[in-house]
Amino acid sequence: MPIIETTALTRRFADVLAVDDFNISVDEGEVFGLLGPNGAGKTTVIKMLVTLLVPTSGEAAVAGWSIRRGAAAVRRNVGYVPQMLSADGQLSGYENLLIFAKLYDIPRRERRQRINEALTFMGLGDVANSLVRTYSGGMIRRLEIAQSMLHHPRVLFLDEPTVGLDPSARRAVWERIAELQERLGMTIFLTTHMMEEADSLCRRVAIMHRGRVAALDTPAALKASLDREGATLDDVFIHYAGDSLAAVGGGSYRDTRRARRTARRLG
Amino acid sequence: MTPDGHGAPHAGWADVPYAIAAFVRKTFVIAELEARKLRHDPTELFMRAVQPTLWLLVFGQVFGKYRWHGEGSYLDFLAPGILAQSVLFIAIFYGITIIWERDLGLVHKMLVTPTPRSALVLGKALSAGVRAISQVVLIFIISLIVGVHINWNPLHLLAIVLIVVLGAACFSTFSLVIACLVKTRERFMGIGQLMTMPLFFASNAIYPIEIMPNWLKVVARVNPLTYQVDALRGLMVVGGVSHYSIALDLGMLLGITTVFVLLGSRLYRNVVG
Ligand SMILES: Nc1ncnc2c1ncn2[C@@H]1O[C@H](COP(=O)(O)OP(=O)(O)OP(=O)(O)O)[C@@H](O)[C@H]1O
Ligand SMILES: [Mg+2]
Repeated sequence: MPIIETTALTRRFADVLAVDDFNISVDEGEVFGLLGPNGAGKTTVIKMLVTLLVPTSGEAAVAGWSIRRGAAAVRRNVGYVPQMLSADGQLSGYENLLIFAKLYDIPRRERRQRINEALTFMGLGDVANSLVRTYSGGMIRRLEIAQSMLHHPRVLFLDEPTVGLDPSARRAVWERIAELQERLGMTIFLTTHMMEEADSLCRRVAIMHRGRVAALDTPAALKASLDREGATLDDVFIHYAGDSLAAVGGGSYRDTRRARRTARRLG
Repeated sequence: MTPDGHGAPHAGWADVPYAIAAFVRKTFVIAELEARKLRHDPTELFMRAVQPTLWLLVFGQVFGKYRWHGEGSYLDFLAPGILAQSVLFIAIFYGITIIWERDLGLVHKMLVTPTPRSALVLGKALSAGVRAISQVVLIFIISLIVGVHINWNPLHLLAIVLIVVLGAACFSTFSLVIACLVKTRERFMGIGQLMTMPLFFASNAIYPIEIMPNWLKVVARVNPLTYQVDALRGLMVVGGVSHYSIALDLGMLLGITTVFVLLGSRLYRNVVG
């Protein structure tokens, strides 16, 4: 049974059809990538799957539960890292995780150990007690992943996990994601604008364009489908979502604005 | 079929006590979160001392000499009003924190945890209450200095803390409801400024209701601040009287807060939409 399955999932905002008859199915234990130009609807899909947004129509099941009728159960089974850097700068790394451990009902006797495990796994053991305000972007992202995996969710949703990170910070995040999947068999659903990231991490990718799935397969199969010598995933992206200039939505502006605010408040 | 052990969506009656326990526990986790932030950086609380000091020191002294015909000293009358005022000012802009936290993605993450919305709202309300308690300490100190006749009965002190926490909870959830409706900080600040002064002046905080024109009396009687001031007036100073009785004051504050918490829980998700 697939761990995520969407059927005709649709979401409209006033006059924008952000997600339009979206159908995918993700297998348990795979790293699945959702690619697409700005405003394609990637974040909106994730928000619906983690129960932040209610679909306008259509259905989806995550870990066997309907996102409409079983929202509470879905929440227990997923971890989520939003697109903007979102750890609490006024708390230490440890406290950020402690609060979440409590919200996820992790028993008191296990808390400290689980938190330390997650921090060490993400390479943050040494800075656990520093205020997050003093962290770099890469450290915040790793802290967020630590926070989202504390309760051992069956599916982890990462919305652009490496946006704004320098190459070495990015690589550190990739390694952790790959290891989460290999060691714990966690299903990982991520969005990205980096084809290299999708190519190296994801077993399968879907290319999303104007709210719909334009292509879905393994990176190798997608490249082969272009019938061109030495085709890259970049070529695939441009082939399926190439006229993206026409599709630029308000989303990109809003997100940039938010990212700046984050930088200002944390910095 | 049921996936192994990861929570069931259908709650039966047997789950009610469990749900209530979870609600209370989560509420305190949210309050703990806020208290920890405050512990890392308490400067905000000290900044808050400036305004009430000015009111008591300048306005209190001058206005009292000029035209005060009530019983007791005007400062005795004013001090509970200023305590309620500084609680109001702390709480009424509290809603903006959820707009900040929305912009940071923190609200998104909170909403994806299995935490009841009502616990998220009430937790915030409690932490506004914690901030407000610091004002009790500050204003008691200032009041001592300017010569207010403070009633030191420990039961009264306890009741004051309760009323102040409740007042802060009331105005902070009101503020949260506004934030969920307007969604942007610019609009929120505008509305916040717009409401603060009318709430303050259309209450019994700095003058008795009896001297108000009739239309203002009506506004003052539906203003929760009036009930908070009334209770504090009965508790804080020697020989103080509460007009409506402390039980009624408490009931009004509790009732209004409950309505705001319920509204806030419904609207909370709006803010990420
Ligand atoms: N809350 C909202 N209100 C109105 N429109 C919205 C809202 N959220 C998203 N949209 C619109 O829906 C469309 C899809 O947005 P979404 O954020 O899902 O795109 P995305 O693929 O994540 O883009 P990006 O790569 O820039 O993050 C955009 O046109 C966006 O403007
Ligand atoms: Mg996005």
